[in-house]
Amino acid sequence: MTFDYAPAPESRDVAKLRSSYGLYIGGQFVDPFGGEAFKTISPATEEVLAEVATAGAEDVDRAVLAARKAYDEVWRALPGRERAKYLFRIARILQERSRELAVVETLDNGKPIRESRDVDIPLAAAHFFYYAGWADKLPYAGLGPDPQPLGVAAQVIPWNFPLLMLAWKIAPALAAGNTVVLKPAETTPLTALLFAEICQQADLPPGVVNILTGAGETGRALVGHPGVDKVAFTGSTEVGKEILRTLAGSRTKLTLELGGKAANIVFDDAPIDQAVEGIVNGIFFNQGHVCCAGSRLLVQESVLDPLLDKLKRRLGTLRLGDPMDKNTDIGAINSAEQLARITALADSGVAEGATRWSPECELPGTGFWFAPTLFTDVAQSTRIAREEIFGPVLSVLTFRTPDEAVEKANNTPYGLSAGVWTEKGSRILWMAQRLRAGVVWANTFNRFDPASPFGGYKESGFGREGGVPGLAAYLAKGSHG
Amino acid sequence: MAEDRIGVRKTYKLYIGGAFPRSESGRTYEIVGGSGHFLANAAQASRKDARDSVVAARKAFPSWSAATAYNRGQILYRVAELLEGRRSQFVDEVALAGGLSPADAQREVAEAIDRWVWYAGWSDKIAAVAGAANPVVGPYFNFSVPEPTGVVAVIAPQSPSLLGLVSVVAPIILTGNTCVVVASERSPLPAVTLSEVLATSDLPGGVVNLLTGFTAELAPGLAAHMDVNAIDLAGVEWSVVAELEHAAADNVKRVLLPSETDWYTDPGTARLTAFLETKTVWHPVGV
Repeated sequence: MTFDYAPAPESRDVAKLRSSYGLYIGGQFVDPFGGEAFKTISPATEEVLAEVATAGAEDVDRAVLAARKAYDEVWRALPGRERAKYLFRIARILQERSRELAVVETLDNGKPIRESRDVDIPLAAAHFFYYAGWADKLPYAGLGPDPQPLGVAAQVIPWNFPLLMLAWKIAPALAAGNTVVLKPAETTPLTALLFAEICQQADLPPGVVNILTGAGETGRALVGHPGVDKVAFTGSTEVGKEILRTLAGSRTKLTLELGGKAANIVFDDAPIDQAVEGIVNGIFFNQGHVCCAGSRLLVQESVLDPLLDKLKRRLGTLRLGDPMDKNTDIGAINSAEQLARITALADSGVAEGATRWSPECELPGTGFWFAPTLFTDVAQSTRIAREEIFGPVLSVLTFRTPDEAVEKANNTPYGLSAGVWTEKGSRILWMAQRLRAGVVWANTFNRFDPASPFGGYKESGFGREGGVPGLAAYLAKGSHG
Repeated sequence: MAEDRIGVRKTYKLYIGGAFPRSESGRTYEIVGGSGHFLANAAQASRKDARDSVVAARKAFPSWSAATAYNRGQILYRVAELLEGRRSQFVDEVALAGGLSPADAQREVAEAIDRWVWYAGWSDKIAAVAGAANPVVGPYFNFSVPEPTGVVAVIAPQSPSLLGLVSVVAPIILTGNTCVVVASERSPLPAVTLSEVLATSDLPGGVVNLLTGFTAELAPGLAAHMDVNAIDLAGVEWSVVAELEHAAADNVKRVLLPSETDWYTDPGTARLTAFLETKTVWHPVGV
């Protein structure tokens, strides 16, 4: 006999959304010059949540100007301890409004409320809390006795962790004394707009934070704007390369956090139940919309069969459905476009000879959904083993020796993250030394912390977010450096 | 005593994978001294020589990057010892190459040797400065360590011919990177002599590969090369930076831009950290 879970939906009442939002420039919500707007929908139900302004080139000008004015006239000269207090205020308001933010994030993004409530929002607040403490301690960061802010930072963030990515970008920038113009992703603008309200509640000086909503055109205008001193981008490697070409020959500082195709490596002595949980967390957390997702499972050949049995059994217990339900494990795919991309890549896996498997899984009738999917018999040359899928699709490969595991794990142009599962300490460190990836999770996966630097090797980008390196990305050495 | 014998001249060659080949293209170009007189015919490296150098650098990377910091520091210090022994030769060559007075040449060579010693001492200290133990929320041990970026292409400064070269190469290899260096186009001869020093030190072949030739011919191919992880543009004109950065975008190379630099001042750690990646490792804490 089976026990069904009763529905346990989170209430939406706490989310008080306006029907339309303008651009947040110079401390005010303003209408865009062009008067254009787009709708943001819930990917779980396809209902329209709000209408959001499209920022054009003139709006980008206006926002960069507002950020410059705030930088020159207020923010750069404000003592660090005063900047710190604004950031602490923001951290506190994020905590105070965490439930509302979690609900809005889940509505707009489609991720399970459990994840936005327990991961996205608390981590976003923690980032502000962490970097607030740096604002008045910059001479102690090891970057010279008198590190200086860069100026106006243009920041473009993705849709997978909207508020958290905003926090990763804005908190260190402001702590270091920069002002920012941030563009959230077109499919998930709402928590950034709530964040604009939070800046108002915190009495943050006008222009220190500016939020421009829009799509790729807006992002292009922003990162290519001559009034910008620093560009920070998180998103696809393809767009990252486009930004590199746009900024070629300029002195604009740049950090890029791009795609990944992480290997999650399981040795024959690994604690298998723990490893199964880690594999599931590695690729099905946030529907696999994670740049550091453990999308390539490398299993030591001798334990492949028992591991696959346990993994399949575990996947059968994942609950896919209403993201607002507190028992949901897998929510909606963020957009129809992303669903099409995942579908096409999964189809290519079958076409290239891999074996596809999904648990029994009923998909809701409206919205964008993709069942957790596992591929075996995967050759390294296939698209599902090489390309970032950014969805709940796991490719399983095998290895025999540690050397082979390292070679296969590193056989990718990416280098963002990797996982290692083994009970042997010396082997963990041996592997950690050889994996060409910016983050190595050993006997765990997908952990994040403001004190812990995060970012990639190779085509996964450069620069780090979190810790002192995350601060250094927004500072130049002073005249005495 | 008068020099009444005929001198034995040196053939200036490339340094690739620990060997001294001529350019596969068979080309040379004329190097003249500060006063315009003929000094030598240097090898004019081709794009094929540059690609061969990348292969050699890639091959040397795994073992060089895995060597202990102490070991790399010892090897670099040994290079400084050999430089010191060849000091008068370098003074002569630097003076001829740049048209420097004997005093200025002495100063440049002394600074270059001292710079090499300074960097050698960084090998087992940079991780303490650029790494960290991170106090994360939750029961995890979390640390960050700097690691070498990989194969770095270097367009060495056009001048000073020796000090500029040493100042860009030492910080790159010290941390475990390997490199392909295009020497000063007009004054490459001290670089060739440096490669002879490197070849007789304990530095493994392929860690430094040194090309002489035309920057305009060699830089674009290195900037676009998909197995080069980073490029130091110290010696290029600003007018070509955009084109090179555009090519470097193909595999998201780390690019260090040229800047006005007084090579005689304290270099700081910027050239060390420019070619380091931060790796963060997590592990649960428990019984």
